[in-house]
Amino acid sequence: MADRVKDEILHDHNDDGIDRRGFLKCMAWAGTGALCVMSGGVLKSYSLSRLPDLSPKEALGELSFVQISDSHMGFNKPANPDVAGTLKAAVDKINGLSAAPEFMLHTGDISHLSKPEEFDTVDQILKSAKPKDVFYVPGEHDLLNDDGKQFLERYGKGSKGGGWYSFDKKGAHFIGLVNVMNLKAGGLGTLGHEQLEWLEDDVKRLKHSTPIVVFAHIPLWSVYPEWGWGTEDSAEALGYLKKFGSVTVLNGHIHQTMQKVEGNVTFHTAASTAFPQPQPGKADSPGPMKVPAEQLKSVLGITDVNYVQGQHALAVVDSTLA
Amino acid sequence: MRRSVFAVLTAALVIGMGTIGTGQKNFVARAQQKPETTEVKIDNFSFGPATLTVPVGTSVTWTNRDDIPHTVVSTEGVFKSKVLDTDEKFSFTFSKAGTYPYFCSIHPKMTGKVIVQ
Repeated sequence: MADRVKDEILHDHNDDGIDRRGFLKCMAWAGTGALCVMSGGVLKSYSLSRLPDLSPKEALGELSFVQISDSHMGFNKPANPDVAGTLKAAVDKINGLSAAPEFMLHTGDISHLSKPEEFDTVDQILKSAKPKDVFYVPGEHDLLNDDGKQFLERYGKGSKGGGWYSFDKKGAHFIGLVNVMNLKAGGLGTLGHEQLEWLEDDVKRLKHSTPIVVFAHIPLWSVYPEWGWGTEDSAEALGYLKKFGSVTVLNGHIHQTMQKVEGNVTFHTAASTAFPQPQPGKADSPGPMKVPAEQLKSVLGITDVNYVQGQHALAVVDSTLA
Repeated sequence: MRRSVFAVLTAALVIGMGTIGTGQKNFVARAQQKPETTEVKIDNFSFGPATLTVPVGTSVTWTNRDDIPHTVVSTEGVFKSKVLDTDEKFSFTFSKAGTYPYFCSIHPKMTGKVIVQ
């Protein structure tokens, strides 16, 4: 019990639910597995190894879903010659979760080269996952050569414009955004005017107390613009979400877990199921990072997200495939 | 291939000689440069050289040496490659003088330009 108290955040100087030490602690766990629970406006963090101590309601919530990202089916270079195998390992991990997630989000780069057979392979592998519904947003690798026509035909039913859409689950509002189309020379990810207008309209009718989950491929916060890891017009999008008490933003693209909390918004990037990329600025380029074969699964992973209805609680848990 | 490039250069040279006397020397010097200057390598998410100056009529070839696919797309819509996987190439022949900025449409931070004189 004493341990458990120590791992909760007790000082909240800015009334924003986060203290610096607690946040850093949460950051440090990202990658090895961390559970961050926002409850009653206070962020509490626990290491994954402590999950058995939590009551089911604390740990699992009423809505459980899982995020996977960057499967890059078709990639076959030394950083991971078997991306189908590691995607299967991710599905095994999902199927082994104590509470079966209700659905999955895939935050893009399903394929490596937008080839039909790459999409087919991912579809086939994901069929063996317990959650049957998968909600997709495209990564830049999914829109090659045809400006996303194939992606929209396969995954974009009922979506607007370039593939954006929203849906509600148990009182939470989910928004899938597309920030990998019409990229401009020298620029970052971009949402574009039409999508931003749609977003403004989409959230207008919602109560301020509605928990919001936004998912998109490229991070909606400035992770490392030098490598293109950010979105030009994300500030405008987040501006429309300011009125909400709880906003969780889930992204992929950078092939590593990272978390940042700003006001009521928690930003989180998921690991890839295919290969890791270097930390920002820690290499000459963001290309695939080769790690010893026995370590590969420890740098790939899935993200499990739980929401406790009525408590404004969204818990984000990263687990590796190791 | 080398021969046809040479033929084009020679033709360009003849036309060039008929125009401005002072520009002639530079032009001869350029025409005698080795054909490596018409190669752009894509390495570590960058175009090398990022700025390439070539005479009119030169065919430039880009080769992707990364483990990640890239594209070569003219900012002004003059040329556009298919997606280039590792070791794949794209060539474009520049028949008009001018500055041609381009980028990778998948990783738009990657930019370069070809100056055609």
